[in-house]
Amino acid sequence: MSEAILEMQNVEKRFGGVRAIDQFSLKVEPGMIYGLIGPNGAGKTTIFNTITGIYQADGGRILFQGNDITKIEPHEAARLGIARTFQNIRLFGNLSVKTNVMISCNMHSKYHLGDALLRTPRYREATKETEARAMEFLDIVGLADKGEERASSLPYGHQRKLEIARAMATDPKLLLLDEPAAGMNADESVELVEFIRELKKRFDITILMIEHHMDVVTNLCDACTVLNFGKTLATGTVEEIKKNPEVIAAYLGGDE
Amino acid sequence: MKILLQQIITGISIGSIYALIASGYALVYSLLDFSNWAHGEVCMLGAYVCFMATQVDAIPFWLACVIGIGGAAVISFLNERVAYRRIRNNGSPNMFLMIAAMGLSTTYQNLANVIWKSKFKQLPKLFKVGTININGIFIGKTDLLCLVLSAIALVILLLLINKTKFGLHVRAVACSSRTAGLLGIKIDRVIAMVFLLAGALAGLAGITYGMKYNIYPTMGNVGLKAFIASVIGGLGSVPGAIAGAVLLGLIETVVSGYISSGLRDLISFCLLIVILLVRPSGLFGVDVQEKA
Amino acid sequence: MLNSFQEGVLVICCVNMIAVLGMSVLTGFTRLFSFGNAGFMSIGAYAAAICSVQFKLPFVLSVLIGAAIAGIVSYILGSLTIRLRGDYFLISCLGFGECVRVLFNYTKDITGGANGYSNIPYKTTGVVAVISTVLAFVIAWNFIHSRYGQALTAIRENEMAAAANGINVVRYKKMSFVFSAIYAGWAGGLYAHYLRFITPTLFNLGKSSELVITTVLGGLGSLTGSVLGTLIVQILPEIFRSMSEYRMLFYGIAVVLVILLRPNGLCGYWEFSLTRLVQKIRNIGKKTAKENSHE
Repeated sequence: MSEAILEMQNVEKRFGGVRAIDQFSLKVEPGMIYGLIGPNGAGKTTIFNTITGIYQADGGRILFQGNDITKIEPHEAARLGIARTFQNIRLFGNLSVKTNVMISCNMHSKYHLGDALLRTPRYREATKETEARAMEFLDIVGLADKGEERASSLPYGHQRKLEIARAMATDPKLLLLDEPAAGMNADESVELVEFIRELKKRFDITILMIEHHMDVVTNLCDACTVLNFGKTLATGTVEEIKKNPEVIAAYLGGDE
Repeated sequence: MKILLQQIITGISIGSIYALIASGYALVYSLLDFSNWAHGEVCMLGAYVCFMATQVDAIPFWLACVIGIGGAAVISFLNERVAYRRIRNNGSPNMFLMIAAMGLSTTYQNLANVIWKSKFKQLPKLFKVGTININGIFIGKTDLLCLVLSAIALVILLLLINKTKFGLHVRAVACSSRTAGLLGIKIDRVIAMVFLLAGALAGLAGITYGMKYNIYPTMGNVGLKAFIASVIGGLGSVPGAIAGAVLLGLIETVVSGYISSGLRDLISFCLLIVILLVRPSGLFGVDVQEKA
Repeated sequence: MLNSFQEGVLVICCVNMIAVLGMSVLTGFTRLFSFGNAGFMSIGAYAAAICSVQFKLPFVLSVLIGAAIAGIVSYILGSLTIRLRGDYFLISCLGFGECVRVLFNYTKDITGGANGYSNIPYKTTGVVAVISTVLAFVIAWNFIHSRYGQALTAIRENEMAAAANGINVVRYKKMSFVFSAIYAGWAGGLYAHYLRFITPTLFNLGKSSELVITTVLGGLGSLTGSVLGTLIVQILPEIFRSMSEYRMLFYGIAVVLVILLRPNGLCGYWEFSLTRLVQKIRNIGKKTAKENSHE
């Protein structure tokens, strides 16, 4: 068995008296697409927030590639190779589509403040490179022709794609997708499944995703964990999960 | 010892004036998340309205005070109706409310300068003998009157917020204006009422301040002190604002009494920064974390 | 050439423009509010003046030292306060600005207290002021368009997303704060060497809010907007000098009106660009040429 890229051990997060996640454990192996499902308020997004350092866990440990990242800051998480999207899209709305992606690419830019203020050749070259890289990612998500538009003026589906492009531009090893198919119809989610599969193949990344659309989960995920009230209800392959009586009672309801 | 006691009473008295204004800052902040910087000028205008009323022979002093308080309430209400509501409806970020408030503040201050000139105006003296003597402790009667009036007003305010249906609505809108709106609370009306209320309190503050000292166009700067008090107490918390105001009043008088009046403001500002470093959301404030 | 009155207006305009450009980076591009930048201006002004008068240092060096000291102080203050949210940060800056003013009033032996500091050599001529301002603009422009500036705008647009994309929010906010303080200090140093006599009240809360208001009027997220804003705020009152009583009244009303009618300021998120203008004119030219050829 290969070493896990992400491992959560008995992680706990409380808000006042409420345990948003309770003794939560998770093991994601490299190259997997791992699903996190569960009803609203089950604590899925809280898990993302503790992984990326937006929240500090109150107990337990989080390991990324064997390193303890429990007390990490959000920007450090990104620099280590954990990228994410948000449930309620968070773009840099007033900036151009291209700038949105460039900001992520900048993480790997090599010029310094002095270069920037004096516009040295190094600055010019690095900027050109960054721009080219940003366009590459926009090309992948099919937004290359929209580079100069304001991000907030894009239609909803394109905004989701832009957010993924921006996350990918940080050159991550692990990508966290928070409900990528939210608000999409059946055709669009089929397209999304293809897109995510393509992304994984091309960049050789591991993906952890929160999703409500069971068809998306069924088509994509190698394994998944079902959450309810901050606790793990079941873990296994999608087929196993679907047969689990507890899961059916709590969540799937058998109506699909 | 006696001097200290005297100063404590003076401090609480000036603190109570700050509290009247600071609670207005807190009320507005709790609803709209912005610091209404024109509030000090509302206080100044209330004092001037009262002064104008005293110039008319037929109006007794108590009525002039009521007119002043009413005037301040109306001005505060107009600020909301004419400027703030429009900015809210524009969907602009909150900081535009603050900038508009700064603009209003400049406008009012200079309006007062144009109308009444920069000369000090005085409200009539209520007491022939200024102080009462309790065992050698001299207490200014005006100080005492300020204290009593402010205390009554603040108790009424707290009762209004905590015991009445209107207060419940205010707290609901403060919690989440969207949810409150969905539950059928008329948000704009609640906000307008709060501006009236805050204006009235500021008017009272202006008049008591005017009785203690003088009335002049830049007296609205007392609003800055009150703002600091509300920050010390925690933005958006009325009890916090009152506590912060009394604390600030006490520290100011004690510092000017024992150290140096020149350093008074320096020490209160340093205190402010220290309090924020220890408690980033003030004494009574809640630290809100943005949800992802 | 300019007469001395016109040159005075020019210098005042330039000095304020430098301070406002710094403010623009802080408020327009990072969306942090500081009502303490007049404090940094006064630190720059006093430090530069003392260097010139007391230590007989050359003018340029004095101004540089003034700006550097303002920057260092802002770095220390920022390290303490930059994590404060929204209005709490704003008021801590305000408190700082007032502290500086009171302190300079109090330290009579060094700063001359309320009586002011005098005998500063007159060095900030119109030419010096214009050169400084152009330099300030170019540096700010380069800064804003580099990855540093992009990080600041990312923080302005969405702090959480910025952090999630590898931007160290605290570090960049501090950088923006120090940048604005250095500009304020720079402006202060020039100002002192123009006025030749400075008092702490020149740099009161009113001055700080004037800087903020100018930035907002000109338009957030626009350096050219800040230039325009400064020109309007500084020059219009000079034209209406005869009605000095009403000057500030109109100023207040104008601020309210602009906020109500043009919520993003005069040119929010929009930069004036000469190349774009030329392009546009060319395009119009081409179009008419085409239409003509079609006929």
